[in-house]
Amino acid sequence: MSTDATRAEICAVACAEVWRDAGEVLASPFGTIPSLGARLALRTFSPDLVLTDGEAALVVGAPPLGAAPVREAAMPFRSVFDLLWSGRRHVMMMASQIDRHGNQNLSVIGDWSRPKAQLVGVRGAPGNSVNHPTSYWVPDHSTRSFVEHVDLVCGVGYERAAAAGPGATRFHHVHRVVSNLGVFDFETPERVMRLRSVHPGVSVDDVRAATGFELVVDDVADDVAESRLPTDEELELLRNVLDPGATRDREVKG
Amino acid sequence: MPTVAMADKRSTLDDLVAELRPGMTVGIGGWGSRRKPMAAVRAICRSGVDGLTVVTYGGPDVGLLCATGKVRRVVTGFVTLDSIPLDPHWRAARQQGRVELTELDEGMLYLGLQAAAWRVPFLPTRAGLGSDVLVVNPELRTVRSPYGDGPFADPADDGADLVAVPALRLDLAIVHANRADTAGNAQFLGPDRYFDELYLGAAARRFVTAEKVVDEGALASEGPLAAVTAHRLLTDAVVEAPLGAHFTSCDPDYGRDEAFQRAYVEAAKDPAAFAAFRASYVDVDEAGYRAAVRDVSARTGGGGTR
Repeated sequence: MSTDATRAEICAVACAEVWRDAGEVLASPFGTIPSLGARLALRTFSPDLVLTDGEAALVVGAPPLGAAPVREAAMPFRSVFDLLWSGRRHVMMMASQIDRHGNQNLSVIGDWSRPKAQLVGVRGAPGNSVNHPTSYWVPDHSTRSFVEHVDLVCGVGYERAAAAGPGATRFHHVHRVVSNLGVFDFETPERVMRLRSVHPGVSVDDVRAATGFELVVDDVADDVAESRLPTDEELELLRNVLDPGATRDREVKG
Repeated sequence: MPTVAMADKRSTLDDLVAELRPGMTVGIGGWGSRRKPMAAVRAICRSGVDGLTVVTYGGPDVGLLCATGKVRRVVTGFVTLDSIPLDPHWRAARQQGRVELTELDEGMLYLGLQAAAWRVPFLPTRAGLGSDVLVVNPELRTVRSPYGDGPFADPADDGADLVAVPALRLDLAIVHANRADTAGNAQFLGPDRYFDELYLGAAARRFVTAEKVVDEGALASEGPLAAVTAHRLLTDAVVEAPLGAHFTSCDPDYGRDEAFQRAYVEAAKDPAAFAAFRASYVDVDEAGYRAAVRDVSARTGGGGTR
């Protein structure tokens, strides 16, 4: 265990854990830290994961960020949809807003009909979230990103999927949310967001204060686990192989 | 030797614009800031037509058409410039309430075009269920699986409601190819065809612009025949438009012109900046555009072409 790991490195390991036991599926990470996490998982405990070149091909293994990949198969956008509807994918999208049910928004801030801020759009979030495992990455955990109600439900959370019926719930699975403060899941009877672990140096109260809804915290708050530290091998991979330019520090400081 | 002349589908951007009518639904190929038919988009921006509904995987086509007031409604799942996440012209149009939006999941757009190309009224999918896509588009319908029992029954989907993605029928489709021939066959030499054949299949009138137009039968010497996926049964007209996707990417002929794209973004800062951009890069003919791009590439050391 390496106690000098940075927060960005701890987040990368937390993102890698999202793909533990995923099997031979397409890992689709968005953002620098999830991209490192997927590569880390592939190179250690989830060797069957498959990555793309970010364009239109599957690649061999997990090339370092920015490195020229060896392409092994064609994966144009049309094939990505065919694949994601088949379920053999686990995406980690970003969330401009997320709520206690796992509803995610990356489309607009404010009223949809005339938004205060137009963001990128719903993208594939509605389809991803009801077709295969979906996780989210939020690099700036605050009451602006962890909100009581998202302004537009793009990625579908548990209560919305249940209300939409069996067509929506059959393959729905919001797996994890990783932020710069901790890791969250929905393993509660009501399928609402639970604090799974806090990153080293973060208190449960820090997380609560930065969250705009009441978070489920198991038992005695003092017992909440700490997110695990990178192993020596993982740190070596992150620092000297996958991200020698330390681009991870631009997404998460400290 | 044939004694009857082969159909020659060569056409011009002026012909394309002449077919447009206010309020038409136009599909634009490519994806984000990748292989967009920008020469055709610029021609539409210069035209007198307005009130268009644009169906697109949105990039600067949307931004430019909004900035020049040509669009009433956009049907899309996103608008992005890829290397720059958000298009400021699109953002301004939305935030100022100047444009309507039919916001669909990306995959729904694929299925809507496919349904139109296959001449069925809808295709079912889980995508959209439970999301606000069904709330902001109340005209979208769901359909219940008819296979709850019988020999084809899938008990796990018994009673399942699915989204019935409506056919997205287009009055006109425009895609940009690397190569085309005079008969209207089009060849995509880059790694992704995106959804271009589906736009063509979904449309009543079908235009292809291409970096280069060759004689019928000559595409096999330009690249693999398997890359000629938009064959002449899918097209009505071909227009030779060198640099016709600029400043978006058109691999392998050229990559995205990042310096130019940044200039396009900068031009959104105020009306005077956009007026200058428009005078230099929109209100000029294609020869003038290529000359202006060569100038800016020489100045910035950037590469519009490679």
